[in-house]
Amino acid sequence: MSQTNPDGGAAVPVFEVAGVTYRYREVTALDHLDMTVNAGRRVALLGANGSGKSTLLRILNGLCFPDEGTVRFCGTLLSEESIQNDGFGLDFRRRVGLVFQNPDVQLFSPTVFDEVAFGPLQLRWPADQVRGKIAETLEMLEIAHLKDRSPHHLSMGEKKRVALASVLILDPEILLLDEPTAALDPKSASHMIDFLVRARGGAKTIITTTHDLDITEDIADECFVFHEGRIAAAGSPAEILGDAPLLKTTGLMHSHLHVHKTGDVHTHSHLHRHEH
Amino acid sequence: MAAKHRGKRGFLERTTASFVDALEHAFYAEQTARAEGLMQRLDPRVKLVGILALIVPAAASRSFAVIAGLFAVAVVLAALSHVSFAVLLKRVWIAVLLFTGVIALPAPFVTPGSVVYHLPWTGWRVTAQGLASAGYLVLRVETAATLCVLLVLTTPWNHVLKALRVLRVPAVMVTILGMTYRYLFLVLQSAHDMFESRRSRMIGNLTGRERRRVAASSAGVLMSKTFDLSNDVYLAMQSRGYRGEVALLDDFRIGRLDWAMLAGFTLVSIAAFWWGL
Repeated sequence: MSQTNPDGGAAVPVFEVAGVTYRYREVTALDHLDMTVNAGRRVALLGANGSGKSTLLRILNGLCFPDEGTVRFCGTLLSEESIQNDGFGLDFRRRVGLVFQNPDVQLFSPTVFDEVAFGPLQLRWPADQVRGKIAETLEMLEIAHLKDRSPHHLSMGEKKRVALASVLILDPEILLLDEPTAALDPKSASHMIDFLVRARGGAKTIITTTHDLDITEDIADECFVFHEGRIAAAGSPAEILGDAPLLKTTGLMHSHLHVHKTGDVHTHSHLHRHEH
Repeated sequence: MAAKHRGKRGFLERTTASFVDALEHAFYAEQTARAEGLMQRLDPRVKLVGILALIVPAAASRSFAVIAGLFAVAVVLAALSHVSFAVLLKRVWIAVLLFTGVIALPAPFVTPGSVVYHLPWTGWRVTAQGLASAGYLVLRVETAATLCVLLVLTTPWNHVLKALRVLRVPAVMVTILGMTYRYLFLVLQSAHDMFESRRSRMIGNLTGRERRRVAASSAGVLMSKTFDLSNDVYLAMQSRGYRGEVALLDDFRIGRLDWAMLAGFTLVSIAAFWWGL
């Protein structure tokens, strides 16, 4: 794994997770987890459903706090007290944005315009600046025509883009994406992947949870594989995707019946590839 | 959204389907709100204040002619705003007549006063004061309901909510109302899907006891889902900087037409008070 920034400078950790355990009553979602995410990196958290990826994103976003262990953001301990502190809390919310897996959770305002305006208004931006930034963000994500629509009447792909816009408007340095391509049709998924690919080499740190191995090489510089609340492996996308036994053990790759052109039906596992 | 069904359905399924239909009607109302009409061109705050200025004298007036005049104003505004009379007739006038009529029905018989008619066979007496009382009630409610529906049909719901801020309704209340409207769709769709899914796996009809059991368990599951949803929505709000106080963007602008109409609403209201009280 690289220990330098994209510009070749020394690695600067934005998140330092040390010995984190998180439990939902009797279920342990994260089990003594250790990891470090450096600034400017695009990180993929890979794992089957229920492996603890989404829980970690919520902890990194300061929405819930570990039962054991610590999380530091740029050296400052993330805790209920630090998040409630006006100075650190507002700065943290501006610098770290989370896009939820289910966009209906995130789209609670009556129109797309109000939704995208929500974040900046809570952070006390002036009204004129908010209006200008909304127009810019909607244009960037090609959803300006949806401005006055109610989120209820949008397709899943449109909802995901609005959810992304509602976070990107704050121009966060660190972007946390929870299963950004889940439940999307191929065209909407490719829009999302295009956005993540364009972020390559940029100033943003992007942490994405996914179990879609097809997109991993495009959206990530490094991967952490989650299994039962622990990190089973870490490495470059090429290293991780080349380790078939690891992928099978962690539920990321499986064998199932295939029908081939010859009419043969048999069981085997492989990664799917998209066209170039 | 709500599929048309054949065959016998339970009370809860029918109720849920009706709710979904009603919410779809709300969506069509938003389409009317985007039409090019007089009321649609007004600032929502002016509309809200103006409509209230007409409703208050309609409720307080003791003159039948004044209330009828306010009703006529509502009808003219509807015509100038391209609101279909067929929609008003079906959704407001007939519905209000039936609902209020039931409440007003005893008034002509039980109100003391000069007898104008004796019902055949029963011998019940109909009094002029009773008829007037029932007439006042029905006309008042018809006028107020027409004005309210006119506001809703010519204004997107989110604009109505934002306009409430002018009446000093707290931002948190406006936000809660907006979120309630937003998530009603989602929760009702979820309930509707649950019942559809159960029907697709069912052969024959359930007994009354089984229906009650299924309804109770479905209500429990829906409540649990709603609770999880509300928790996640709260986290999503926190994630974007919500710290207990909601800030909203009020982007309305009042123009010449708004000032003119506001003056018109005020004059009609004052005249109605002058002649009606």
